[in-house]
Amino acid sequence: MAGKICIGVVAVQGAFVEHESMFARLGAATRRVRTSEDLLGLHAITIPGGETTTLRRIAGDSGLIDGLRTARQAGVPMLGTCAGLISLADAISDGSDPIIGGLDITVRRNGYGRQIASFEAEVSVTAIGEDALVEAVFIRAPILERVGDDVVVHALYQGDPVAVSSGECLGVTFHPELTSDHRFHQWLYERAVGYANAHRTRSQEDVSVRA
Amino acid sequence: MAEYSAPEARTGTLRVKSGLAQMLKGGVIMDVVNAEQARIAEEAGACAVMALERIPADIRADGGVARMSDPDLINEIKNAVTIPVMAKCRIGHFVEAQILESLEIDYIDESEVLTPADEANHVDKHAFRIPFVCGATDLGEALRRINEGAAMIRTKGEAGTGNVVEAVRHMRAIHGGIARLRAAREDELYAAAKELRAPYELVVSVAKTGALPVVNFSAGGIATPADAALMMQLGADGVFVGSGIYKSEDPPARARAIVEAVTHFNEPDVLARVSAGLKEAMPGIEISSLRESELLQSRGW
Repeated sequence: MAGKICIGVVAVQGAFVEHESMFARLGAATRRVRTSEDLLGLHAITIPGGETTTLRRIAGDSGLIDGLRTARQAGVPMLGTCAGLISLADAISDGSDPIIGGLDITVRRNGYGRQIASFEAEVSVTAIGEDALVEAVFIRAPILERVGDDVVVHALYQGDPVAVSSGECLGVTFHPELTSDHRFHQWLYERAVGYANAHRTRSQEDVSVRA
Repeated sequence: MAEYSAPEARTGTLRVKSGLAQMLKGGVIMDVVNAEQARIAEEAGACAVMALERIPADIRADGGVARMSDPDLINEIKNAVTIPVMAKCRIGHFVEAQILESLEIDYIDESEVLTPADEANHVDKHAFRIPFVCGATDLGEALRRINEGAAMIRTKGEAGTGNVVEAVRHMRAIHGGIARLRAAREDELYAAAKELRAPYELVVSVAKTGALPVVNFSAGGIATPADAALMMQLGADGVFVGSGIYKSEDPPARARAIVEAVTHFNEPDVLARVSAGLKEAMPGIEISSLRESELLQSRGW
């Protein structure tokens, strides 16, 4: 048995407690990730909203960003919201280096402007749970300036993509962890189960080969 | 895809205002007096900066009336960094708050560090699209500010002293107050509200959830990484550091160390590492050496 599903919540700075409560409601165990040692044995990882420069500074110096990049390359499913999405983007429009990467998008930080422009609105969601209009909270949110051809769009606001995925990476420009809509966390949870099963099968094969 | 009919964006809602504070959690907000300090703070990993003309230690030393900073200075700092920028208005000075809103700063601190403009009323913070953070010394004061529309609370401590004792007192007072409400019977909450001089509905909500409805940072007197971690272990969601950084001998190193201490507040090994070799902290002031009239924490009602 792979044991209970365990989802890592990057807890360097930001709204990580809110993500923990979302997963608790889905019945998934979580672990706070502050160093790359905390990544061992996780079935999926969430990168919460917070300040991108703070994440880059603290997680960069400690080696956590390198650890996250390795985990992503090894196929560990990831969900990033707001600053978390920025860290999963392959390109940032101000020319700064990508942080973790994994999503073929170009992102503009604070795309709508400063806090005075932060807003709530309904976004139309598709291909993730049931199609629906979902309330969304955008806080100093980024805008996707470019979305790669192989990227799947899951939500639109005024015609612009605000939630996208590619392979095992899902990025959302708003904050589902501040509302009661679970579909994005559910997506990660299901991917985590898939990842755990794949790895359980492999380890059982290893055992049978040895036997 | 679901039917799409140009949804209306709602700005300035309580969820949008308190949401930004939620994104700041686990972070350090640093006082800065110019663009260069702001860049040092951002580079050190601050999650926001507080733009002001003089840090509290200097306001304390200079005396006189302390007011909102010059808009030129605030704009200069705003243009220097990408992290959120906060600025202070005087308690009750709603016109200073209007000016700060028109400057589009990210958060207004209605602050006891400046000289109060009104000895009875605080700013009606519901009337603004920009969120407010307000100081509090105990649970009742925090709930009164939240009732007026504050989207974030910070314990006051005693600003500009480099002495953490008052910050500890206020954080313990708030958490002690919450614990007492949690333990109270439902029929005791009316009297509790009266005693706290706070709205009954907010008192009931705290009794039920065991937490303030908004984020609560610690401020006033934090000078070392250990001070910052102490406040986090006592339940702060993050810390404000003012004079503690730029009144020390090596501000960039101290700023980085305090940021790391807040992330790893529960790991003594990390705290030991980041506390080492920081040069002199700010000298600090013994609270009992201050006259009653010199205390900033008693401003606010």
